[in-house]
Amino acid sequence: MVELLYVENLSGGYGETDILKEITFEVDKGEMFGVLGPNGSGKTTLLKMISGILGFQQGMVSVKGRPIESYSSKELAKIIAVLPQHSDQGFSYSVKETVSLGRYAHQKGWFQSWSIEDESIVKKVMEQTGITEFQDKNIQSLSGGERQRVFLAQALAQEPDILLLDEPTNHLDLSFQKELLDLLKQWTEDRGLTVISIFHDLNLAGLYCDRLLLLEKGVINIQHTPNEVLRQERIQSVYQTTIEKQPHPKVPAPQMVLLPKQSSDRRNVVRVDSSNVTISDERIVLRTPIPLKTMSSGVVGSGTGWHQTFINRHVALDYDCTDHKQEMVQYLKSHGFEPSDTVGMMTAVQLKDAALRSYEGDGFSIFVLITAGVGNAIDASKSYLHDFQIQPGTINTWIFVNGEMTEEAFIQSMMTATEAKVKVLHDQGVTDKVSCTFATGTSTDSILIAAAQTGRKLEFAGTITPLGKLISKAVYECTKEAIQNYEKRKQS
Amino acid sequence: MQRRFIQKRLINNRILAYLFAITFLIISIILGISVGTVSVPASMIIQIVGHEIFPFLSIDAIDSMYTSIVMDIRLPRVILAGLVGAALAIAGAAFQGLLRNPLADPYTLGVSSGASVGAVITLFFQLSIPFIGSFTLPLLSILFSFITIFLVISFARKIERSMKVETIILTGIIFSSFLGALISLMIALTGDELRQIIGWLLGSVSMRGWEYIKIIFPFFVIGSAILLINANELNAMSFGEERAHHLGVNVQQRKLIVLTAGSILTGAAVAVSGTIGFVGLVIPHLTRLLWGPDHKHLLPLSILTGSGFLILADLVARTVISPTELPIGVITALVGAPVFGLILIKRRTERSG
Repeated sequence: MVELLYVENLSGGYGETDILKEITFEVDKGEMFGVLGPNGSGKTTLLKMISGILGFQQGMVSVKGRPIESYSSKELAKIIAVLPQHSDQGFSYSVKETVSLGRYAHQKGWFQSWSIEDESIVKKVMEQTGITEFQDKNIQSLSGGERQRVFLAQALAQEPDILLLDEPTNHLDLSFQKELLDLLKQWTEDRGLTVISIFHDLNLAGLYCDRLLLLEKGVINIQHTPNEVLRQERIQSVYQTTIEKQPHPKVPAPQMVLLPKQSSDRRNVVRVDSSNVTISDERIVLRTPIPLKTMSSGVVGSGTGWHQTFINRHVALDYDCTDHKQEMVQYLKSHGFEPSDTVGMMTAVQLKDAALRSYEGDGFSIFVLITAGVGNAIDASKSYLHDFQIQPGTINTWIFVNGEMTEEAFIQSMMTATEAKVKVLHDQGVTDKVSCTFATGTSTDSILIAAAQTGRKLEFAGTITPLGKLISKAVYECTKEAIQNYEKRKQS
Repeated sequence: MQRRFIQKRLINNRILAYLFAITFLIISIILGISVGTVSVPASMIIQIVGHEIFPFLSIDAIDSMYTSIVMDIRLPRVILAGLVGAALAIAGAAFQGLLRNPLADPYTLGVSSGASVGAVITLFFQLSIPFIGSFTLPLLSILFSFITIFLVISFARKIERSMKVETIILTGIIFSSFLGALISLMIALTGDELRQIIGWLLGSVSMRGWEYIKIIFPFFVIGSAILLINANELNAMSFGEERAHHLGVNVQQRKLIVLTAGSILTGAAVAVSGTIGFVGLVIPHLTRLLWGPDHKHLLPLSILTGSGFLILADLVARTVISPTELPIGVITALVGAPVFGLILIKRRTERSG
């Protein structure tokens, strides 16, 4: 099978110096192929050579098995169309006139008569790009996004096999970027259109492209799948900047995030302890000077995120749990807390019985705050005996780490804290009332791990690591104290 | 339903445009022939011209003085003015489309000056190339205008690859001044030919007779036909050379063709009438403003309005301070220069706004 586009050993540029050196790659039908690289790496030069505008010193570009020089301008325009980065037009052509020019290569004869087929294709592409409604408008009066769609329609009217794009999303706002790329992706899938596009935005490229080509100073650094090309170390070295790779939250595509220079309040080590806490009958509030990275199972602010306010709210035992999330958000707002900034939990326990303490480690410290009630204690191994019923949480564990934690450390902290909690229940002889075995927790326990991400780097939090040891000790002691407070109040 | 209505309106609009332009031209022709020291009524003009075309129609009732005025003086003058106006207007429209620049025209680009140099050299040295005789003048004018446009464009590109509007205009002015100085030098060196050259330089279509129409006509037909065939390419190239290339236009070849045709038209017009400025600027601009930039219609409409405009300008030039005749270039410049200024200001405000 012949590749749709085959580039071999391509070198060349403007004037004497070669901008591109020995570029070899191929693109198959129906692919969405992204070209990446820092400014000046030769992306646009490469695109110009493929589209036949710029000659090259060495190598070859072949389209459908024939060298590109063997095509006439018209023949080539029927195979390759280009969406320009920006097109300014000094004259006020109408949208339809502009799109109709896309049929130029398909028209024959001296007077290039306009056929019914031309007309129907122009109508079709205008509909597909959503510009039919302003087909009689003057293109100078359109917004950047609308104009971009007009030129896309013009390129599509050429009925190309290959569409070349130079940073197609450059002047578009967010919704148009997505719209355009979704459209292109759909065309590659439905009609076998091949899209070759320069991207500035690595994340968009990673989201939409099947394969990526990364250029560095005119040579190919790598061509591979997005996940392979968008490696943290590679992008850092090619783009000469600090970035971090993250998985996309919804689709399996890599995302690169920029790391800004740390602001001054991040450079100082932040310490969270009991001085940040205020306790009333109604709620425990902990506020921090800067947002903390959190992983939690709160009612609001759950999952991972960055939060600055932490609330443990007392509710009555007969609290109506039907729409507790929404109710909690309302509660926070009505008391002057910003829900997006807050991790909020609930408990039926008396808040005065909370146990809280700071623990010092080597170069870091932790602060733990626990409220506990064991009214509906449960043995996890026997939980199938219980009905599903949401009740306000009864053991709420907050752990604040004054250090910088890895994702791993966050997860290990949760395991360590949970193990310590189970041990407390066991040692205190708390039992599951249904199964009559030792309980391991209550039905609605919540946990929060938060770190300021300043100070000492803490890579692990397994039970025998420095952080793990401290967490085990703190959680064990505080949970025990909280349960004892709870028992004492019940007896009195 | 809605769409069909709009389309219909557009087509109607087109028909109206041509009807309007043709009516304008016919009225200009009749006015141009009729008005003067001796007034010839329109009905008589139709009779006389009708007799020329269909000799069996009798014009015995008409004084032969009128026939002579119409056929020997005014009609050739009007036709010449019309051809010159049409040639300059379509050449201007093509240059503007090619260079994506509404300020381009044979005059501002220096092409007219180039053609003048060619013409002055012919007159100065009394050149006459064997076999082509009277065509020596237009051929040399065309040759020189062709050389000039190429020099101007390559010079402008040397200054700035993107060839901004202002750069091209400035380059055109530099070339115009230089070539103007060359012409002045030649005039200073000449003795007896002085009057003829100066009169010719100022631009005029008077007392040229049928001879000059024969000179310009073939070049006008060839040049216009070439441009009309390339209307679609001009549309594509007015989106920029790269864009045109992507749309499938063989840019280098088509550009050469359009520039050649523009030079043929300009050179021939200058050869018969001297340098007449601003027709090539104002007419395409107004036509585009009224009926849109599509070259398939812009070019033929420019021919119609351009010829009508120059016939009227000539009429004004010879009647406004009659019996003295003003050079026709005075009238076109009086209309054209302010329009040029307005376009410039409009472009500036568009860019900053």
